[in-house]
Amino acid sequence: MSQETVSGAQALLRVFEEENVDVFFGYPGGAVIPIYDALYDAENIRGVLPRHEQGAAHAADAYARVTGKVGVCMATSGPGACNLVTGLATAYMDSVPMVAITGQVKTNLVGMDSFQEADVTGITIPITKHNYLVKEPYQIERFPDLVREAFYLAQNGRPGPVLIDIPFDVSAGPIAWAERNIKALDGYEEPQVPAEADIDRAAELIETSERPVIMIGGGVASSDAHEEIRELAEKCNISVVHTLMAKGCFPETHELSMGMPGMHGMSYASYAIQNADLLIVIGARFDDRITGDLSRFAPDADVIHVDIDPAEIDKVRPASVGIAADAKTATAAINETVGRRERGEWEDHLKQFKTEHALAYSDEDELMAPQFVVEKLYEVTGGEAIITTEVGQNQMWAAQYYPLEEPRRWCSSGGLGTMGYGHPAAVGAQIGRPDDLVVDIAGDGSIQMCMQELTTGVIHNLPYKIIILNNSYLGMVRQWQDMFFNKRYSGVDLHGNPDFVKLAEAHGAVGLRCDERESVVETLEQAMEVEDRPVMVDFIVAKEENVFPMIPAGQSFDEIIECPIGDDTE
Amino acid sequence: MTEMEMQRTISVLVKNRPRVLARVAGLFARRGFNIDSLAVSTTESEAISRMTVATTCDLPTLRQIAKQVLKLHDVVRVIDHSESNIVERELCLIKVEVERGQRAELISLCDVFRGDIVDIGNGTVMVQLVGDKDKIDAFVDVMADYEIAEMVRSGKIVLDRGGQG
Ligand SMILES: Cc1ncc(C[n+]2csc(CCOP(=O)(O)OP(=O)(O)O)c2C)c(N)n1
Ligand SMILES: [Mg+2]
Repeated sequence: MSQETVSGAQALLRVFEEENVDVFFGYPGGAVIPIYDALYDAENIRGVLPRHEQGAAHAADAYARVTGKVGVCMATSGPGACNLVTGLATAYMDSVPMVAITGQVKTNLVGMDSFQEADVTGITIPITKHNYLVKEPYQIERFPDLVREAFYLAQNGRPGPVLIDIPFDVSAGPIAWAERNIKALDGYEEPQVPAEADIDRAAELIETSERPVIMIGGGVASSDAHEEIRELAEKCNISVVHTLMAKGCFPETHELSMGMPGMHGMSYASYAIQNADLLIVIGARFDDRITGDLSRFAPDADVIHVDIDPAEIDKVRPASVGIAADAKTATAAINETVGRRERGEWEDHLKQFKTEHALAYSDEDELMAPQFVVEKLYEVTGGEAIITTEVGQNQMWAAQYYPLEEPRRWCSSGGLGTMGYGHPAAVGAQIGRPDDLVVDIAGDGSIQMCMQELTTGVIHNLPYKIIILNNSYLGMVRQWQDMFFNKRYSGVDLHGNPDFVKLAEAHGAVGLRCDERESVVETLEQAMEVEDRPVMVDFIVAKEENVFPMIPAGQSFDEIIECPIGDDTE
Repeated sequence: MTEMEMQRTISVLVKNRPRVLARVAGLFARRGFNIDSLAVSTTESEAISRMTVATTCDLPTLRQIAKQVLKLHDVVRVIDHSESNIVERELCLIKVEVERGQRAELISLCDVFRGDIVDIGNGTVMVQLVGDKDKIDAFVDVMADYEIAEMVRSGKIVLDRGGQG
């Protein structure tokens, strides 16, 4: 049979189809015109045009988080590709499966400081799982497989973004088409199976522990291990804490849920960890926002650590049992082996501690508390929204006051903490899950970083809601200055913010404003009624509300600052 | 011993591809692992290059380095030599300034270390020495009695002894 020849761009889109990519987020330019030209004829693939490449990357990222598929973004060479960088780093830190396609100058111009040339593979080595500059004959010859390999790498093992930098002449030029054979791909590996001995040892530790706690992280979300986690918790009556990344992977209203530990976590979550004699850590990596001072973190606990990335085991906290395997497979194996464990004194104690140390805020400012808005949002939406967040206090209040029952309903930049993430994430999430309610819980600072995506939302009739907790400050930074720098507020005052209502309207979206407690619910309901375009709601909230509890950076649970009770706030 | 910071060596077998050195070296840099010496060469297989990396750290850190490096897609295998029986070699070229009258003394020092004189120029002598790190360090110390004009070391290369590896 003679080999079929197609253009590089056509080959790329064909592999997209094989990989079930029906939509990608991309911004054109000279170096990707051949790809956009091929897209013109592609019937099953839609290119969504964001208004900034950063938006393309974040949208693809959130699309991946809510659908479980690979998110795809695209940009032209030089400036376009550079604009993807923040989004790639965000996805890399949170292990989100993504494929980024960038155009590059023609192969004979690479390395010549050509017009719109940037060394994109060089720039993105530290923030991608792998990347390719398709320039060498051996790569061009196997181009279809190279693209398949990128998709494979993005999803296999610990997920992450993979970038393919394609010179103009490669996407415009001829490529020998080749059929798919995943197992023949370079880098293909059989899934890691947990060793029986490790599972036995883990089961034994669980059975003999007196004060066990399960801590789940983003790995549980990416491997869809939520059911297995629930089975483990219920079978053995073990309380579950979740990191920011695992929000929704264990129902937060479940009686065994002990919330989110760490810097701004619930004090009962941190308390549980701190007093545990066994930590069963699944798909979490002991981030410093969780551990604080490592030498004083969970001092009495043995650790069972399940992570698909072997390098995470013993990286931060040495494990008694380290299991380098997929969270779902490993948890299922533990469930099969472990014996039932009855509810004990420890669980009762935790339950009581939890009620005594519930989240609280004082709503005594003339302006309403931002937490109040999130609580009302929870009520009005029945807790069923997909939540995206910006970064700062708004993100922490979203994590604290919007409990989730299901996985893949939470898109927040955990590892990198990227302001500007939430809005394009709402675009991507809404496109990935058109029938779900999507809400971006935003700060007045962050929302201005990717504001331009309102147009994308309007053009595609995306009915997501943006809830701005407008405190006229870069609130989280102001909080640190308040608490640790003698209230010397510097560079955090956002007076001069635009009129967000008018701004929404200028984009063709709906803008609403609310500055009194009494009309919060009504305003939210009004927002929910809009079905054909984005709504941005400007909630004017107390300017100097702080996020509590707080364990100051580098400290431990002993130094926790609890939520204010009653009047005794500042 | 495992907790002790000392020089430890790993070999990284990599696919022979553009930028692979940058990927490995960049990983060391961004994770704060220092590189004491690095040697890169071809191997028995055309498709594979071998990097020998010496780094000063404790054993847990070395293990972490090995695991991080292995995650790079172009890395095929990482060999941790810290607990194996190895042959370790390094090549040193050292050019010293010597008066005519000092040459005989220099030659006998070279004999002791089994160094070879590979060049004699006007006022300089170049010595080539092969050995493990300690031997070369010792020789360089001795040479410091003369004026060292220039020196280069290849970085160490290592193979496990016997039928392992
Ligand atoms: C891109 C980016 N720049 C700077 C920061 C540092 N930063 C973290 S939180 C924060 C304040 C965010 O302000 P706002 O969006 O108004 O949220 P608030 O804390 O007031 O809720 C800043 C500047 C960041 N995380 N990301
Ligand atoms: Mg703010």
